[in-house]
Amino acid sequence: MTDLREAITQAHRAEWARVVAALARRFGDLDIAEEATAEAFVTAVERWPADGVPPNPGAWLTVTANRKAIDRIRRENKRDDKQREAQMAYDDSPPEPTGAVDDERLRLIFTCCHPALAPETRVALTLRMVGGLTVSEIARAFLVQETAMGQRITRAKAKIKATRIPYRVPSAEDLPARVSGVLAVLFLVFNEGYLATGPDTDPVRHDLTTEAIRLARLIRALLPDDGEVAGLLALMLLTEARRAARVSPDGELVTLDRQDRNAWDSGLIAEGHRLVRERLASGVAPGRYQILAAINAVHTSPRTDWSQIIALYDHLLRIDPSPIVALNRAVAVAELDGPEVALAAVDRLAGRLADYHAYHATRADLLRRLGRDDQARAAYDLAIDLAGNTAETAYLTRRRDQLIS
Amino acid sequence: MQYLFSVIAEGSPDADEAEMAAIDVFNERLQADGNWVFAGGLGGTDSATVVDNRGGAALITDGPFVETKEFLAGFWIIEAADLDVALKLATEGSKACNRKVEVRPFL
Repeated sequence: MTDLREAITQAHRAEWARVVAALARRFGDLDIAEEATAEAFVTAVERWPADGVPPNPGAWLTVTANRKAIDRIRRENKRDDKQREAQMAYDDSPPEPTGAVDDERLRLIFTCCHPALAPETRVALTLRMVGGLTVSEIARAFLVQETAMGQRITRAKAKIKATRIPYRVPSAEDLPARVSGVLAVLFLVFNEGYLATGPDTDPVRHDLTTEAIRLARLIRALLPDDGEVAGLLALMLLTEARRAARVSPDGELVTLDRQDRNAWDSGLIAEGHRLVRERLASGVAPGRYQILAAINAVHTSPRTDWSQIIALYDHLLRIDPSPIVALNRAVAVAELDGPEVALAAVDRLAGRLADYHAYHATRADLLRRLGRDDQARAAYDLAIDLAGNTAETAYLTRRRDQLIS
Repeated sequence: MQYLFSVIAEGSPDADEAEMAAIDVFNERLQADGNWVFAGGLGGTDSATVVDNRGGAALITDGPFVETKEFLAGFWIIEAADLDVALKLATEGSKACNRKVEVRPFL
């Protein structure tokens, strides 16, 4: 029974996106593809205990889902012949055999991350269609009501159909911009998992970080030469590797310099470092994710070379001159040139980061190190008010309460 | 598949000379490439009149149905294979008329 459950879970992880993608291509309708795939998995749960796990679960699921889709279209035909014509005219080529549909999944990802959809909708749709998460799982992950999340996904599918968002990999000239849209979605999923917001959530949502990494690996397999895909995957791996050390047993965020390095996942770190080295060796100018990955590679090296980190932030500022990057650079400056120099740099960002919790947390820490306790306390108060993550709030509160005066 | 491109203007609804010339070039391209269905520029909102005959007695009111800073200044109806093609054309159209363009499909 455990084996069977394992087989179904395994099939779900490995085959969901393939089956949805193959059906979406054949029937030109994401809604039908999604529902028929879900029905095929229900049928598997009903039938496999008695019939045994089929030798090729992916092929079995594709065939079953195809039948479910045709059944549904026939049922709907009786209601609406015109709709049937529209659906069938979209693409009548036969489904491609399982195993050769990798580019089908890529089409699926590009459709779910289309720029004509709102960013939060892209995230939800990608998790549903490509990740195979249920609507209730996605709703829980983003702290919205299940009905609201269901409506968001339904509206997105309706828009894809009504406006005819194409089901294909974008043309070469559009590809870089569209890939970066896909990566932004994965980064959002990962970050929400890594620093979960909300007073009642776990501080780290392992399910979301794992899913983002799994999807990034999938995209890397499909686009192996894309440097930013490799960069984002490396960044996620090097961040995920520190997960176990990041929150203390009593639920408090642990800063990088105080983490137990023995608790880091050495396998993930080795893989992340390998990807960073591979990108460095390519000689191609790195993008944002590759630079962030390189910074994290330095952080996870035996000894942190702060001048190298500052050089990488300088590089990043040239392609992404955002105040948040400047803030992170200042944190590194504090290690190399001391808190006074860093504080001057941080204070210059006041106008643009006044609502950002990390701005106040960074100021608080620098002021504390300079012994300016009163000002530090005020900055901690602001940071605590703005921080959404439970472990971070706990850390900041303890730090504030440790101030003497 | 047909799409409506609504030209969203702020300030003056009228295109200036350079914008007019760019729109002409764009229109000629649409016609040559088979994307052209129809297009037109509209008078300003101060030329609008709203008619409401839902109650049987037609009520005629001066002015647009809603006063907004942004308003519809013109439109294209475009034939395109899918939304990606339509968005690409809208990108060029927005540049030509130097205004925002809203893209919506016809049902």
